[in-house]
Amino acid sequence: MRRRLYEYVVAQGREVGRNEAAEAAGVARTLAAHHLDRLAEVGLLESGSRRLTGRSGPGAGRPAKVYTRARAERAVSLPARDYRTAAELLAEAAEQAGLDAGLCTAARRRGEALRGSAAPCGGLDEAMEMLAARGYEPHLEGVEGVAGEVARVVRMRNCPFHAVAERFPPLVCGMNLALLEGLLGTDGSVRARMDARPGECCVVVEASKSNID
Amino acid sequence: MTTSAPAAHLAQLNVATLRHPLDDPRMAPFVELLEPVNTAADSAQGFVWRLVEDGAADATALRPAGEDVIVNLTVWETQEALWDFTYRSGHLEVLRRRREWFERHVEAHLVLWWVPAGHLPTTGEALERLADLRAHGPSPRAFTFASPYTAAEAAQHLQAVPPAQPGPAARNAQSAPAEDAAAL
Repeated sequence: MRRRLYEYVVAQGREVGRNEAAEAAGVARTLAAHHLDRLAEVGLLESGSRRLTGRSGPGAGRPAKVYTRARAERAVSLPARDYRTAAELLAEAAEQAGLDAGLCTAARRRGEALRGSAAPCGGLDEAMEMLAARGYEPHLEGVEGVAGEVARVVRMRNCPFHAVAERFPPLVCGMNLALLEGLLGTDGSVRARMDARPGECCVVVEASKSNID
Repeated sequence: MTTSAPAAHLAQLNVATLRHPLDDPRMAPFVELLEPVNTAADSAQGFVWRLVEDGAADATALRPAGEDVIVNLTVWETQEALWDFTYRSGHLEVLRRRREWFERHVEAHLVLWWVPAGHLPTTGEALERLADLRAHGPSPRAFTFASPYTAAEAAQHLQAVPPAQPGPAARNAQSAPAEDAAAL
């Protein structure tokens, strides 16, 4: 149940109150509060207090406790392995040597290999599944087009390469885009493109121009 | 100006050596991105100022660091605001394709330094900071995203170590274009 609560808070991508989390997990508020606080104690969630009513000043009521995912990364490896240092050193060397093109070729090939013999991704729902399986935490978002029509795009809350992407953004974000292009296929009904914004993966997945109905 | 708690803004210079002249068809995708990316910068959170040539929309025709070197000189309220614009906006797409359009720089091509709020740095001042970074590595006077310093650290540093004599620094700045050319 603690895991359910954690996954619910993480999936919202915003602050979640105790009542809401309890309802989502189908448990009593006090029980949810206990587990949420335990998750905060061990550093998996961060807690704060907010007036959820939007009122302020006297009479607005006591602030409610809210939870978000902690920003720190946790990794468990038995026996101990340190791929992060290796990744950082390789990225640093690739950056200095200007190996962007070679890295993107390797990433695209890897994406294609991961897709295997499967056809290019057939739609946004399928893309959501593929991205979720790889830890991107995808979610659908409506985007208003020039003509006022609303198109759906897939955005991703999590960057699986966050630590190296923060240190070498053009190199690693370009690698990630190439990997996703390979994974989704470039002549299918969806396409990946760079559309960076703070706090999320820099790639967005949308219906290919030729397939918008 | 007092160095105790001045309002400080972050100045940024980056230089890029063109692989082809800007009117070459191979540079067209970059030239097309200039206007939308500059517009995004102008409305980005924390943006203060960017160098623009008189009567032009950008600074690409100013070549203070060499004939084939374009410069980008901007001022931001915070380092976070500059980072978010540089790496978490449409600007990232330009950076992703940098190898198509620009030569790889062996030496530092981006420098950050704190300026008093309201001060607009000149290209001479900016190139001098880049020369400082290249000659001495990151310091509170001239640093990078990877080795940042706070405005408070820079103010302290300024008190402890007065700015270098203009002589050698100016010579370094003038040799910057040659260094860029050597990096080809």
